[in-house]
Amino acid sequence: MSYQANEKGYYGDFGGAFIPEMLYPNVEELRSQYLDIMKEESFQKEFKALLRDYVGRPTPLYYAERFSKKYGTKIYLKREDLCHTGAHKVNNTVGQILMAKRLGKDRIIAETGAGQHGVATATVCALMGIECIVYMGEIDIERQAPNVARMKMLGATVVPAKSGSRTLKDATNEAIRDWINNPLDTHYIIGSVVGPHPYPDMVARFQAIISEEIKIQLKEKENRENPDYVVACVGGGSNAAGAYFHYLDNPDVGIIAVEAAGKGIQSGESAATSALGKEGIIHGSKTLLMQTDDGQITEPYSISAGLDYPGVGPMHANLFRSGRGEFISITDKAAMDAGLELAKLEGIIPAIETSHALAIFEDRKFKKDDIVVINLSGRGDKDLSTYIDYFGL
Amino acid sequence: MNRINKKLQEDHKLLSIYFTAGYPETDDTVSIIQELERNGIDFIEIGLPFSDPLADGPTIQESSTKALKSGMTTNKLFEQLSGIRQSVKIPLIIMGYFNPILQYGVEKFCKKCGETGIDGLIIPDLPVDVYNEEYRSIFEENGIQNIFLITPQTSEERIRFIDSVSDGFIYMVSTASVTGSTSGFSPETRKYFQRISEMKLQNPQVVGFGISDEETFNQATEFSKGAIIGSAFIKHLNHNGKNKISDFVKTIRPV
Ligand SMILES: Cc1ncc(COP(=O)(O)O)c(C=O)c1O
Repeated sequence: MSYQANEKGYYGDFGGAFIPEMLYPNVEELRSQYLDIMKEESFQKEFKALLRDYVGRPTPLYYAERFSKKYGTKIYLKREDLCHTGAHKVNNTVGQILMAKRLGKDRIIAETGAGQHGVATATVCALMGIECIVYMGEIDIERQAPNVARMKMLGATVVPAKSGSRTLKDATNEAIRDWINNPLDTHYIIGSVVGPHPYPDMVARFQAIISEEIKIQLKEKENRENPDYVVACVGGGSNAAGAYFHYLDNPDVGIIAVEAAGKGIQSGESAATSALGKEGIIHGSKTLLMQTDDGQITEPYSISAGLDYPGVGPMHANLFRSGRGEFISITDKAAMDAGLELAKLEGIIPAIETSHALAIFEDRKFKKDDIVVINLSGRGDKDLSTYIDYFGL
Repeated sequence: MNRINKKLQEDHKLLSIYFTAGYPETDDTVSIIQELERNGIDFIEIGLPFSDPLADGPTIQESSTKALKSGMTTNKLFEQLSGIRQSVKIPLIIMGYFNPILQYGVEKFCKKCGETGIDGLIIPDLPVDVYNEEYRSIFEENGIQNIFLITPQTSEERIRFIDSVSDGFIYMVSTASVTGSTSGFSPETRKYFQRISEMKLQNPQVVGFGISDEETFNQATEFSKGAIIGSAFIKHLNHNGKNKISDFVKTIRPV
């Protein structure tokens, strides 16, 4: 059994493309071509060159000595925070902008929550000279002013999503509506391994560079390609999908997914989808999502805007249901403390999303000679004001 | 014969209205249906409200949000509709997104529809191939007709496939858009209506999206069997509540 998507875009019971007919031509155009385009030598060449020269890859795999010592195990950090624009998101947007060009599209739309994916999309659109429209919940626009300014500086138009709860899921709805209204010239750059097939698989393949590099780097440092565990935070699940990708079907490597418990799983203010979600359909994908008994999608909560999504990608729903992945949820408080701790121990200020992954060591114990790779998905610059308010810095 | 097929055989252009169940007031559902029938509406689409209606514009989404806020649920809709067939004769179709139906249970939902006297369903985000492989028999066993959408971008091959799976009518989306977003039909749109009509499909076509007045109704039905009005009627409800429905109908189909 494989934990990759099958040709219909299913991971076990999850995935597929539950889309209105209005979207069918757009999605089908992409589905029928994405694998062939990604296989083209010229595509791979251009993709790899941009990742190297523009994004700054390979990102280091760094042995965190003091952090390791504290928790009595060997911890490596995969430094996606050192990517241009400050997070892994740009791996996907570089790939998708090249895809859009090959599909002949000259208008790009995207959704964003915290603004990281919006910035990464605006960045590659500026690079290619392509029009960029980013949908962002009205509430998030207020919360994330610096990223809104960055997108504008990069030439993007930021459109407030005013419907529903006016956050990430509604921004995604608005982007999908835009795509329905503009079926011919527009490509939709989704920011995570969510949405209808082929998005989860395509985004996972673009992010797979993360585990491709880990294998090479770990071989150099430890003379083995496989860690005992690979750990990542999961919002929609793109950084996690990239970190797991080349290990998915290797049972020697433990997969640990870290979700945001918010104020606690039972508090009513949480984003821990695996614990609270039920099977259903969100944004065109069958997956686990937080919803009422009546099937209305509920609003999640986390201190980190990037984990504040009511679903998870279908790959992760399958990792959860099959037992292949170990799912841990981390509260706001534990995450914030872990972020501060990494700053003090290693001189690295992580994004609050990433801080969730760093926080597992208080309760989840590892053996002394276990090798644990944490995907350090982003840097904390965007979160400074949250850290400042929280710790009274 | 099913109410929908019988209706489609009538010798005139059909006028259908969409409205959101539980809007403007939770208990308005049945009285709006009755009032629409009294005013000569040919069949009705009852919207099952959903938190994230991807294919709808702001007018319909807002009505859904308000209906949900004031306590509308799937169970409540079936309660309201129980006994509806004692007073209402025209075809009734529920239009809803797939997730609430999935949570209710597809089989249970279809069964409940059958018992209640619902004739058909429109589920925009249930793709025709998934329906065909996984759910078709459940619908058929309960006598529920599933209505599919086509758009100007739908390929001829796919239209033929949808036609072969359909029983009832084909919902022809007028332009590539979400609901409620156009004003008047372009010459290309009218050509598309004509092109589909010339395909001589086994199922008649009914046009929806962007119809708001007599002129757009007449354009939409020039080459089709009928047309469905949604957002324009919701806007009427926004301003008038459930009153003066006859005034609204007269703006589409003057007596
Ligand atoms: C640094 C960082 N990590 C993680 C995420 C969560 O997204 P995903 O689960 O797709 O990696 C985000 C989203 O904004 C992010 O900015």
